[in-house]
Amino acid sequence: MKVLDGLKYSREHEWIRVEGNKAYVGITDYAQHSLGEIVFVELPEMDACLEAGDVLGVVESVKAASDVYAPVAGRVVEVNESLVDDPAGLNRDPYENWIAVLEITDDTSLDELMDASEYEAYCAGEE
Amino acid sequence: MKKTPLYDNHLALNGKMIEFGGWLLPVEYTGILEEHRQVREAAGLFDVSHMGEILVRGRDAGAFLQELLTNDLSKAPDSKVIYSPMCYENGGVVDDLLVYKYADDHYLLVVNAANTDKDFAWIKDHLSGHVEAVNVSDAWAQLAIQGPNAEKILQEVTDFPLSGIRFYSFIPDVMVCGVQAMVSRTGYTGEDGFELYIPADKAPKVWESLLELGRALGLVPVGLGARDTLRFEAALPLYGHELSAEITPLEAGLGAFVKLDKDSFIGKDALLNQHNQGLKRRLAGFEMVGRGIPRSGYDIADNGSRIGFVTSGSYSPSLGKNLGLAMMDSRYCQPGTEFDVIIRNKAVRAKVIEIPFYRKKYRK
Repeated sequence: MKVLDGLKYSREHEWIRVEGNKAYVGITDYAQHSLGEIVFVELPEMDACLEAGDVLGVVESVKAASDVYAPVAGRVVEVNESLVDDPAGLNRDPYENWIAVLEITDDTSLDELMDASEYEAYCAGEE
Repeated sequence: MKKTPLYDNHLALNGKMIEFGGWLLPVEYTGILEEHRQVREAAGLFDVSHMGEILVRGRDAGAFLQELLTNDLSKAPDSKVIYSPMCYENGGVVDDLLVYKYADDHYLLVVNAANTDKDFAWIKDHLSGHVEAVNVSDAWAQLAIQGPNAEKILQEVTDFPLSGIRFYSFIPDVMVCGVQAMVSRTGYTGEDGFELYIPADKAPKVWESLLELGRALGLVPVGLGARDTLRFEAALPLYGHELSAEITPLEAGLGAFVKLDKDSFIGKDALLNQHNQGLKRRLAGFEMVGRGIPRSGYDIADNGSRIGFVTSGSYSPSLGKNLGLAMMDSRYCQPGTEFDVIIRNKAVRAKVIEIPFYRKKYRK
């Protein structure tokens, strides 16, 4: 399982990369592996304002649909349209293929997220 | 949680194990899409040892099964396999099953894993005449080998001429990999193929030999995930989805397996009544017009009012489309009719298409 340093991780297996007031959000390698082959991605609406914990999007494997949650509050300023035609991009490279970019409106929830080593330990506990 | 005799083989093959009907089984080994494709184009090997087997024996066994099941067994010759629903008095379905007819006084019923105990209790409750029923599920392992190369691969491990086994018939004693097996030309994928019933303790030997010898012809192990997408594309019903205690076989489109001209069988009055009055709802296939994957249990609506529900839905690996089966108001079941599937509180357009979604020409 691949975990990248420098990213923050949620208990629901999202990753977030903060750059200034922007946050890139995607799903982790652990998440894509447990879902299996991803065949459908539902992206958020542009300009949607989300609270931390709101549904940001949906990824669906052959077997099931799973919600992706916003790890931080923000406004959707970019969505990764390439995933619409190539949902398997989330399997191939989950850290390169972010799902959406948020303009952070409230960063308090960031403190509750895990760093790489904490997340690794968390995943080991999920097994 | 129960384990099949091939549990250790699945772990050795890196199978992703899940719970299904009280059993631990692999949902996939390398990936559902790849395993699905392999069965359509070459061959796949499935562990279906979780299926239940119930032996029905005795002088009155034939008459008993005629009363128990909706299909007509009276004209079936020995060595024939018959598919039939088994109904409650109200026409709802206890289970759907295969009957292997060995002789007039000897049958084997193959039932859904999660229903085995319920079915066995139902059968015991209705026994009449000179008949005994024995749950022999634990004695048998079951393998399915499916796909266009299935016959060629299986022929490599047996001297019995497989081309002589016709669709939905079986041979009770075939030597396969040196093990005595019952072999039928049946399956649940929409492809040609066979199902092998072997003594539980011999299963690993047959499984391993087949995978090794079949590799050159593309044989791979296949998990429950692809088993479901394969049966779904062929529109083969799955109990708990297209069939249940609340759905009759007529509504599920299985009228060909309900012989209303038989003298008597459990559920006949209710089903005859439903047939005469006309079906208010029935099973239909559909494809998504808008973006989204239909899933079991989603509502189906027209102009905001509910007209049915999705029984099974998936991305179809063979067709590359998002497809569904639904129990719907009969007035909406004509191909081309459009309606909405309610996906996460949003109405997404879909339209009725013919089923099965996938149909292969293979020898019958």
